[in-house]
Amino acid sequence: MALPIYATTGQRIWHYFYMAFCIFVLFFLVAPLVAVIPLSFTATPFLNFTPEMLSLDPDAFSVRWYKSLFGMCGDVEDVASTMCHNKWMTGAGRSLYYAVISTLLATFLGTLAALGLSSEHMPAKRPIMALMISPLIVPLIITAAGMAFFFAKVNLSNTDAGIILAYTILGMPFVVITVTSTLVGFDRSLMRAGANLGGTPAYNFFKIQMPLIAPGMISGALFAFITAFDEIVIILFIGGPQQHTLPRQMWSGIRQEISPTILSAATILVLFSVVLLTTLELLRRRSERLRGITPH
Amino acid sequence: MSAAPETVSGPLITADGIPLKESLQKSLRRSKIRAALLVAPPLLFLIFLFVIPIGNMLTRSVDDKLINQVLPNTFEAFESWDKVSEPDETMFAAIYQDLKAADKTDIGKASVRMNYAKPGWRSLVKRTARKIKKMEPPYKEAFLKADDRWTDNEYWLSLGIMKDKRTMGYYLNAVDRTYDFDKNVVHVDENRKVYNLLWWRTIQVSIIVTLACLLLAYPVAYLLATLPMRIANLLMICVLMPFWTSLLVRIVAWMIMLQQNGVVNDTLVAAGVLSDENRLAMMYNFNGTVIVMTQILLPFMILPIFSVMKTIPPSYMKAAQNLGATPTLAFIRVYMPQTIPGIGAGCILVFIVAIGYYITPELVGGKDGRLIGNMVAYHMQRSLNWGLAAAMGTILLIVILIFYWIYDKIIGIDNMKMG
Repeated sequence: MALPIYATTGQRIWHYFYMAFCIFVLFFLVAPLVAVIPLSFTATPFLNFTPEMLSLDPDAFSVRWYKSLFGMCGDVEDVASTMCHNKWMTGAGRSLYYAVISTLLATFLGTLAALGLSSEHMPAKRPIMALMISPLIVPLIITAAGMAFFFAKVNLSNTDAGIILAYTILGMPFVVITVTSTLVGFDRSLMRAGANLGGTPAYNFFKIQMPLIAPGMISGALFAFITAFDEIVIILFIGGPQQHTLPRQMWSGIRQEISPTILSAATILVLFSVVLLTTLELLRRRSERLRGITPH
Repeated sequence: MSAAPETVSGPLITADGIPLKESLQKSLRRSKIRAALLVAPPLLFLIFLFVIPIGNMLTRSVDDKLINQVLPNTFEAFESWDKVSEPDETMFAAIYQDLKAADKTDIGKASVRMNYAKPGWRSLVKRTARKIKKMEPPYKEAFLKADDRWTDNEYWLSLGIMKDKRTMGYYLNAVDRTYDFDKNVVHVDENRKVYNLLWWRTIQVSIIVTLACLLLAYPVAYLLATLPMRIANLLMICVLMPFWTSLLVRIVAWMIMLQQNGVVNDTLVAAGVLSDENRLAMMYNFNGTVIVMTQILLPFMILPIFSVMKTIPPSYMKAAQNLGATPTLAFIRVYMPQTIPGIGAGCILVFIVAIGYYITPELVGGKDGRLIGNMVAYHMQRSLNWGLAAAMGTILLIVILIFYWIYDKIIGIDNMKMG
């Protein structure tokens, strides 16, 4: 993108304008998330930057909201103490529980579907694929409404099992997509070679195919995990008070008792997403290396 | 398939002595079955927990069975009524029978349904049902004693709207229309019109967000596609990070940015662009919904455009310029047409996701930033008018499925890439 030496003034102006525009867009994407981080260390119970914070006065900063997030409220005396309860931590635990189990189920089912759909002899491939992906496309509000009625009928509403099943449905399409795309480059003669050498189909799958599609499975699983961990619409419709997850706590935090505790939770989640993103990038590189695609 | 060359007279035989054609068919069938068996468990899982529940919900949008089960005699008597004269004793006797025989909760549900046809039914039925046990013939007098609204023919006439087991009434309600007592489609009163405005606003927001995303995404995608890999990867993190961050976290972050004392307003005031009294209202209104949705959906636009741009060899632009085109002309005539698949994919994706949005408008939209998804949720959870919620959901779903079908036709579902 470097400007050639012979560029005219007009081109130069256009180039700098263009660069400024791109920087603005990237800033637009990231700035809100970055702004959360310093504000989560505020000493006041309000959600805006005070003049003291801007002048970097150390007294304007504190970790009290992190303490309240982790349920350590001993030294918080003022109004904030009423907001101090351990719902954040129990919520995170619940979310983790639902996310892990539904991710395992979704990865298993999604991989089965992807293996079947990648076979050249699969009948009605296209409509089935479209159906498998559709939970991503149908608005969550409609999925949630449908499940709310149905789960009430089969006694699954307000149960952990119901929520796990619902989240499995939401996570499956991601696994189907990512595993299918790793299977595109899969050389089927490897499986035939394995069979020739006397391996049973199951043995061949675990020894040959699985290591090669593992990056796709893992990145699909990560998508499924983050979707379940962050899910709010379904839980509002089919979860009872017992199913109080982290997003639900944030939801009530935003709607009722907004305090900087939510910012400390947000900061941790932003950092969490950075970790996930890095993992995914490393996986992608590994997958390309394994499949012999040189990184460009 | 035509494995046998024409010169061979008899069928080609495999080593086992079976004709090759048959053997091939057998092995094909086996691999077909194997593939189908692999797909079956996830597919059944999806059908039982996703397709059937949604289909089931959608049938609620036309369902009017309950009322016919609760008031069978009443509707029978209604049929023989001349619709002009005052209701006579047989009709009152019929409704007495029905109310007496019916279950209390069923009466409650039915009266709610009747209230949609004519406001007032619910309290009328409720009040009468409370006294039904002590009633004695003649029922007309007894009913009038319980509530004198029973002489009002409008209530009786409104039964005509509900007498069929299927109704299109909820769909009509969803677009600000309703049935009159003769089952003609009419507009609802001007001051009760809400849904057309909401549909219009939903489409408006989706289009604005889609265009805004396109406008912001295209230059950035171009930059990412042309920069050296190392820097591009770094900038890609800026694109992907919001994508991977919790939706609610992003909304909280935007609240900090956009509120009255938020970062944006503070910065503008400090820079002297705004005076302190004229702080912009960017939250809890239409603008809030548009700004936040644009940021949330922007990665959905950047990624498909970027992946298409990545495949365009830079030599095309150079060739065009060699042939005498200015850089601008080369870009417009040579480069841009090749990015159209990416633009199409991004636009459809953003539009589909935007049109069904619920959480973001709910939290940052305020009163005039609410969309149709919020109305579905409202009728599901608050007003409990499930028929109307289902009707709106069905319309929304059909619109989305049309776009999904177009997406599949043009781009292909299996080309969808993540991250």
